[in-house]
Amino acid sequence: MNNWVVAPMLIPLFTAVILIFLHNKLKLQRWISLISALLNVCAAVFLLYQVQHNGIQTLNMSGWAPPYGIVLVADMFAVLLVLAASIVSSCCLLYSFRGIDEQRERHYFYSLVHFMLAGVSGSFLTGDLFNLFVCFELMLMSSYALIVLGGTKRQFRETLHYILINVLSSTLFVASIAYLYGATGTLNLAHLSMRIAESGQSGPITAVSALLLVVFSVKAGLFLFFWLPGSYGAPPAAISALFGALLTKVGMYALIRTFTLIFYHQAEVTHMLIGTMAIATIVLGGFGAVSQTNVNRILGYNVIASIGFISLALAVSNEDALTGAVFYLVHDMIVKALLFLLAGILVAETGTERINRMGGVLTHSPLLGWMFLIASLAVVGIPPLSGFPGKLLIIQGSLESGQYLIAAAGVLLTLMLLYSLIKIFILAFWGKPRRLRESKWKQTPKLLLSSAPLMLIIVLLGVFAEAFMPYVETASSVLIDPTIYIQAVFKE
Amino acid sequence: MPKGSDIFLQNVSKIVVFLVLAFALYLFFTGHSSPGGGFIAGLMSAGALLLLALAYDIETVRKVVPFDFKLITAIGLLIALGTGTGALLFGQPFLKHAFGHFDLPLLGDTELHTALIFDLGVYLAVVGVTMTILLTIGEDR
Repeated sequence: MNNWVVAPMLIPLFTAVILIFLHNKLKLQRWISLISALLNVCAAVFLLYQVQHNGIQTLNMSGWAPPYGIVLVADMFAVLLVLAASIVSSCCLLYSFRGIDEQRERHYFYSLVHFMLAGVSGSFLTGDLFNLFVCFELMLMSSYALIVLGGTKRQFRETLHYILINVLSSTLFVASIAYLYGATGTLNLAHLSMRIAESGQSGPITAVSALLLVVFSVKAGLFLFFWLPGSYGAPPAAISALFGALLTKVGMYALIRTFTLIFYHQAEVTHMLIGTMAIATIVLGGFGAVSQTNVNRILGYNVIASIGFISLALAVSNEDALTGAVFYLVHDMIVKALLFLLAGILVAETGTERINRMGGVLTHSPLLGWMFLIASLAVVGIPPLSGFPGKLLIIQGSLESGQYLIAAAGVLLTLMLLYSLIKIFILAFWGKPRRLRESKWKQTPKLLLSSAPLMLIIVLLGVFAEAFMPYVETASSVLIDPTIYIQAVFKE
Repeated sequence: MPKGSDIFLQNVSKIVVFLVLAFALYLFFTGHSSPGGGFIAGLMSAGALLLLALAYDIETVRKVVPFDFKLITAIGLLIALGTGTGALLFGQPFLKHAFGHFDLPLLGDTELHTALIFDLGVYLAVVGVTMTILLTIGEDR
């Protein structure tokens, strides 16, 4: 029992509730939410330290032993993602002090962000499938409110798509939970894994796993992503950054967790399906990114394509590939947030989202240009930056298993993403300066400063990858050997 | 519906509202180990307030409960979270509850439970959310 496990969920929840009382005091709201986000980073770092030195930490809520009660499980994979999520949200909050208008701030923006953060951390930490659903809903409810906050015409249109598709997939989620409970009599992840390993993964259970695959794929944007580029581009940059960095990754986490811990017996069916979906996602997402001219849509397709890339690792599921997946997931959360934040500044500077109407921003704000270039290179995986180790391991893992098609898809994706991001760089930053919104817009330096920590992390994560590797390997060891997870949950 | 147009509904609901509220109170206290609890009691209380809004109008409800329902939700959440977190102070797992027997005047030997405080939080949150939703939709013309 370790009560620290609940801290990353409890801190944002408390903050969110307290901020409801203070919704007219903007300055106070900003400070409280920033301090709380930083506290959350500290809690995650502390948890990281504990997990690395004392093994997986669990908390039986209300003292009920698993499988009867709800258990929170902090293994290294979950904690790394919680840490990344709390860092990203701190930077997005800092950015939103300047990047979000007062009207939105007054309408519970900070409360909603913290509720969402609680849902995200809860989804990572929970060890119970139904509780995962509850945390998903907490996160989605807040995201519904965040995406429509401000109420422009475009937001309303995209919110409708977003809510309908998510309500549909949540319904499927509950249905598949019910099937699974009917088939196995438990919803505790560790207990499910034990029972299915004992009785064998029969046809009906594989069918349920396919249903869960559909549910999580909708949330992650794996193949079923048609709603994503539009809805992530509709809200202001700080909110899109949170969405792009956190929401799809929670879906991805759920996919990796369930298909490495529970449904790993019928890999020739389920993992084959995941592999096919991943390749399709990469091809479609890559072409989407290449063909678009709207900055936010290009980034939306980039989010999709990298989800496809991480799913490749899940399809291969050997040690190298999963280690790479953990590394890449952490990197991807941070770099996607950075890209969305920088794109937000770019759009504000030029007054348009279309890259063929931009030009010469480099002469106007060179720092923005170079930061964007470095972030793009990190996405592509140029060596000293953080994208490289993860990408290398995933491709190496797929070659080891003889899955050459998957490795080829990974390399193809890299080229397409490079093209799509360099296209933004060339069209928007090079050339003759065009119409710029110089007169009013003076926020760029401050906004760049608030995105700088993410930039720093990308560089450090790449340069000191060797020092970060032990943590990633602890995380992937649990993914490869489910018994470690099961023993940690049932040890008491 | 203009005010004062439905005398039957208004007179009946004057009594029924209190019956419903009393039943909600019963459900609230019986909740810990038998069917009931903060959630269902909260919905029922919101139902009583809704009946009032239908028989009279929304202004009457606002006069009866002169608080911001959004704040009631927040207070409820704070109470519920606070009860769960209180366990941490005693080195117990999150959400752990405690109970004891107390000799109260009139009631005699009574079992008091921290889960009841948690339920109170749930009750307030449910009433607050339901009424916020209903009033927002009701005012939207």
